Amino acid sequence: MESLQLLVSGLANGCVYGLIALGFVLIYKATEALNFAQGDMMMLGAFVTLGLTNDHYWALPFWVSVPIALLLMGAFGYVLEITLLRRMSGQSQIAVVVLTVALGFIIRFLAGAIWGHEPQSLESPIAGVNVRFAGLVLGLDEVAVILVTIVLTGLLYLGFARTRLGLAMQAASQNQLAAYYMGIPVKRVSALIWCLSGVVATAAGILLASKGSIDPNSGLLGIKAFAAAVIGGLGSLPGALLGGLVIGVIEPFAARYVAAGFSQVVPYAVLLLVLIIRPSGILSQIREKKV
Amino acid sequence: MRIVFKTSYDADLGLFVHRYQAFWYFLLLAVAVGLPFAMNDFWIGEFALMLIWAIAGMGLMLLVGHAGQPSLGHAAFMAVGAYTNVMLQTSLGWPFVVSFPLSGCAAALAGALLALPTARLHGIYLAIATLAVSVLAEDGIVMLAPWTGGVSGIFAPDIKIFGMSFNRYVNAPGFYWLTLGVAVLVVLGYRNILRSPLGRSLVAVRDSEISAQAVGVNLARTKAVSFALSCGVTGLAGALMGHFAGVFNHETFTIFLSITLLMMIVIGGLGSIHGAFLGAIVITFLPLAISFVREFLNERFGTASVMPPGIETAAFGAILIAFILLEPMGIYGRWIKIRTYFELFPFCRRDMFRRQRGYLRTERIR
Repeated sequence: MESLQLLVSGLANGCVYGLIALGFVLIYKATEALNFAQGDMMMLGAFVTLGLTNDHYWALPFWVSVPIALLLMGAFGYVLEITLLRRMSGQSQIAVVVLTVALGFIIRFLAGAIWGHEPQSLESPIAGVNVRFAGLVLGLDEVAVILVTIVLTGLLYLGFARTRLGLAMQAASQNQLAAYYMGIPVKRVSALIWCLSGVVATAAGILLASKGSIDPNSGLLGIKAFAAAVIGGLGSLPGALLGGLVIGVIEPFAARYVAAGFSQVVPYAVLLLVLIIRPSGILSQIREKKV
Repeated sequence: MRIVFKTSYDADLGLFVHRYQAFWYFLLLAVAVGLPFAMNDFWIGEFALMLIWAIAGMGLMLLVGHAGQPSLGHAAFMAVGAYTNVMLQTSLGWPFVVSFPLSGCAAALAGALLALPTARLHGIYLAIATLAVSVLAEDGIVMLAPWTGGVSGIFAPDIKIFGMSFNRYVNAPGFYWLTLGVAVLVVLGYRNILRSPLGRSLVAVRDSEISAQAVGVNLARTKAVSFALSCGVTGLAGALMGHFAGVFNHETFTIFLSITLLMMIVIGGLGSIHGAFLGAIVITFLPLAISFVREFLNERFGTASVMPPGIETAAFGAILIAFILLEPMGIYGRWIKIRTYFELFPFCRRDMFRRQRGYLRTERIR
């Protein structure tokens, strides 16, 4: 029973990692850019919601502030793309990595300047409520995290595989020039994907902030999300979720069964191991070119 | 405008393109050697720190700028160098002249060990793997507390070479000259590697792995050697950094140090030795400049409470973004453009350095 409890809390944590990784993979899948500021966008989204909801700030009802925050962060992602990232298209990936890391610095500074550096929790209706299910005591927040993640991953997966927009996004990432020739509005598509990724990051941030607390350094959780995305295989949406779950489930078990002081390295050791055995992740997206 | 006629094959291999270039570099060296006579100990200390950053930057530049293998884990190798150096001196009582090169060797060995399993990784996968190494190293230092001192840290003893003491505080010029000597040696070694078959194969691997393989470059071996060299040089910088800091623990070598190193060489200009030095100048003197501006504003307008904490990193981030958008080749690239403009004076055209429009091609199908 104890390990079942550990498993569920691990799954809930893993879903948060998976959600952050999802935003990361979305951008990678559509533009092959690596957004190292994804964790910081998650943090910013959480703080925007918190600033709208908490009594200490604007004290709006939770269900009003969530759509506003999602909209705001979507617009933020859109603006980022049209101002900064659009000019990076076709340049080296390392340049994009450095750009987004620098962007993360600035976002962290802004959040700290506006909302302070103390950890805060979001006053949401799902925080601190327990659900009893088959002998397990689950937090409603944990259930919500798992449900939202599954629904979002499914929707995005279907969106990419079935809709015209999803196909346009895939085409734009595989060969940008050819996509232009085929009449795909590549610029608008990549701006949309950044918008979408901002929305997903905000969803992850809201869930994280109601599960625990956030501070401007919470964005560093993004590092674990990259690990998740890479374990799953960059560019695969179910892979992002899988990788997140792997890391999320390993963590509480490592904390329980591995000696104190050694447990926090286990996720990274697993990451290295996966990369050594399967250099492009579990659900690899890399194919050999057929000539 | 100067036209260089190469009249022998040796001219192609020379360290300097022409004698004027040699003259300028020797002048720079003379100025660098004479610097302690013109400045107080604080500034000499800052210049020593700049040289240490430049050495570490050269290590990373070899890997990222010339071999094209991104690494976000070089803080780990700085840590290997720093800890090996101090542990050899304190527990075994070996002198600095022995422990310092050995610390570089230890870091090189660690780098080669990392390169063997990661040789199959490309681009971002490699970056994330090295990122994991950086995180692991930070925790590893705490785990190996009996040897490394863990959280409480470890004291670096004074550097003693043939009875002379090179403490940063007592003998700042001495410490500066020591780092300058190491930096010059590393530059010479780096230049020579670039002129050798190894250096050419590194650049070939960077530009196209497939083409490099086709002309007979052994990919795995080249990558492993580039990792070993790069990590070895970074380890030397780490050993010097340990002596510069005096006392250090796991928080000295965090993931942020790795990221800062990478950003430093991007600002300076990827793919050139100059870039490592120019980036090091920015990294060392930007915090000083910001604090001077802050003090000036405080005195002038009394805005002590207006400047929020953490503005340094934000300013650093803004400068980085500006550089990447406006001058992707870094400070050195800008310098080349300015120099070319004056060299060709009335004939320089605006589109000379215009970037070709790039389009993205997937890397998932290769």
